[in-house]
Amino acid sequence: MAPTRNVNKEKMVVVEGSYSIAHSVKICRPNVISAYPITPQTHIVENLSQFMADGEIPNCEYINVESEFSALSALVGASAVGARSYSATTSQGLELMHEVLFNVSGMRLPVVMTVINRAVSAPINIWNDQQDSISQRDTGWIQLYAEDTQEMADMTAQAFKIAEDKDVLLPAMVCMDGFILSHVYEPVVLLEQDLVDKYLPAYNPEFVLDPKNPKSFGAFADPSTYTEFRFLQEKAMGVALQKIEDAANEFNELFGRYYGGLIDEYDTEDADIIIMAMGSVIGTIKDVIDARRSKGEKVGLLKVRSFRPFPKEAIKKVVKDAKVVVVLDKNISIGLNEGALFTETKSCFYNTKIDVPVVGYMIGHGGRDIPMGTIENIIDEAKDVMSSGIKVESQFTDIREELI
Amino acid sequence: MKEIRIHGRGGQGSVTAAELLAVAAFADGKFSQAFPAFGVERRGAPVQAFTRISDSTIRLRSQIYEPDYVIVQDPTLLEVVDVASGAKDDGIIIINTEFAPETFKLETKATIMTVDATRIALDIIGRPIVNTVLLGAFAGATGEIKPKSIQDAVKERFPGKVGEKNAEAIQKVYDMMMETKA
Repeated sequence: MAPTRNVNKEKMVVVEGSYSIAHSVKICRPNVISAYPITPQTHIVENLSQFMADGEIPNCEYINVESEFSALSALVGASAVGARSYSATTSQGLELMHEVLFNVSGMRLPVVMTVINRAVSAPINIWNDQQDSISQRDTGWIQLYAEDTQEMADMTAQAFKIAEDKDVLLPAMVCMDGFILSHVYEPVVLLEQDLVDKYLPAYNPEFVLDPKNPKSFGAFADPSTYTEFRFLQEKAMGVALQKIEDAANEFNELFGRYYGGLIDEYDTEDADIIIMAMGSVIGTIKDVIDARRSKGEKVGLLKVRSFRPFPKEAIKKVVKDAKVVVVLDKNISIGLNEGALFTETKSCFYNTKIDVPVVGYMIGHGGRDIPMGTIENIIDEAKDVMSSGIKVESQFTDIREELI
Repeated sequence: MKEIRIHGRGGQGSVTAAELLAVAAFADGKFSQAFPAFGVERRGAPVQAFTRISDSTIRLRSQIYEPDYVIVQDPTLLEVVDVASGAKDDGIIIINTEFAPETFKLETKATIMTVDATRIALDIIGRPIVNTVLLGAFAGATGEIKPKSIQDAVKERFPGKVGEKNAEAIQKVYDMMMETKA
């Protein structure tokens, strides 16, 4: 489907990114919210608390807790009894949840959680990169990444729909860049209750904790059965690939807004150089691509919306005819000198006929700004790769040599 | 696209001013984006906030390095921050001060304009809070935005008497800037 984004100025208001997310959560009719405030996620939970205090979220309980570990643990119980459950966190808060993340996904509880992406300590840093959520890659959660505040608002409703699908039943993280998106004021259409009610039916799970009809969730699984639990989680992720596309298409039909499904493409059709990235840097890359295209340079963008499940086939289809693929990562696997998107993109070309050079850049760590010039340099280096092959496979951008 | 950088100190409402400017610009029919310089907020420390205003959707997410317009809330910042950094040659730097523009020897080709927003704020609002008042100066100096749009945005954010007083001060400073330009 061709990307469309109807700009309906009449319906737009200028609000903070965090407000539009909180508004979306409210409109999605959650039954239980539990979260612990942490910068830069704080404005989301403040807004939700305000909505609760004003009686604007009916049939919902907001559980105050003393830590992120408790926040997510509370939602294990809530989701298991059939409540639509939501949390939001970032950085150290998400890392503290690590153990519970596995519990939620292993019990197949479709909790939706906003992750406002922030660097992890030490050294302490409250600014944006994506190390926090990328480090939770293997916990069995769906991970979606948004480009701007409208996509964040809309993706929140899509996440509930995908997670709660009876053929999926996996928790979902909706990830968005801290400060850059959480604290930006820009025009956005706030989700409308009547449309969301059509889009997102009430959560009606087949299996719930109920004393009248006792069942066990997450009970002991010995070696004779544990493997099959894992197999079924992976199978559900496979199903989610299609459900993510479906959720985006259905959303477009009702709301007239579309940002891609698993991925989105920008000027990729005839592109020699294709840049791959996730999150708010996408907008900056698009501006640079427009400038390069006006000079006749064939540069395109592959935006990855879904990092888990990883859209191998969608990516392969887009990049197969490119001459260079450049992957940007706001994270690093220390000891491999690669970002996760880069590693995984490379790996999905192996054992195939695709033989396109792939280079990686680790970029924007700990809030280091990404000006257009940084993207310009990366494109220039990609042109060198086209003419004379790969010199450096994976590297940091904008290293301040004088500090080393 | 026009890019605006606001310099202030923590607690002076620079971020609020950037946000109100974005709200007002959108009301004027433009697209807008406002964001803070993501500092660790400490009262009194130098801070920056940014606003972009454009006829089309704004996608760029970097900070602003070559502003068309600079607003300086507190003249003591000139000693510690290069407020003219990257300012476009045909740009305007608006400084809140009682002194004339010639007083300031900034390394820039941008036009320097000054306004004693603190005095106006004390006279009309009764407190030396100039963030909203300076938006009136911005409207007058640049013509990028209608003063009424700023007043409406301020009154919506600060309902009642506070908003009314701010709107009055905005008008006063706007008129002063228009006279300076004439």
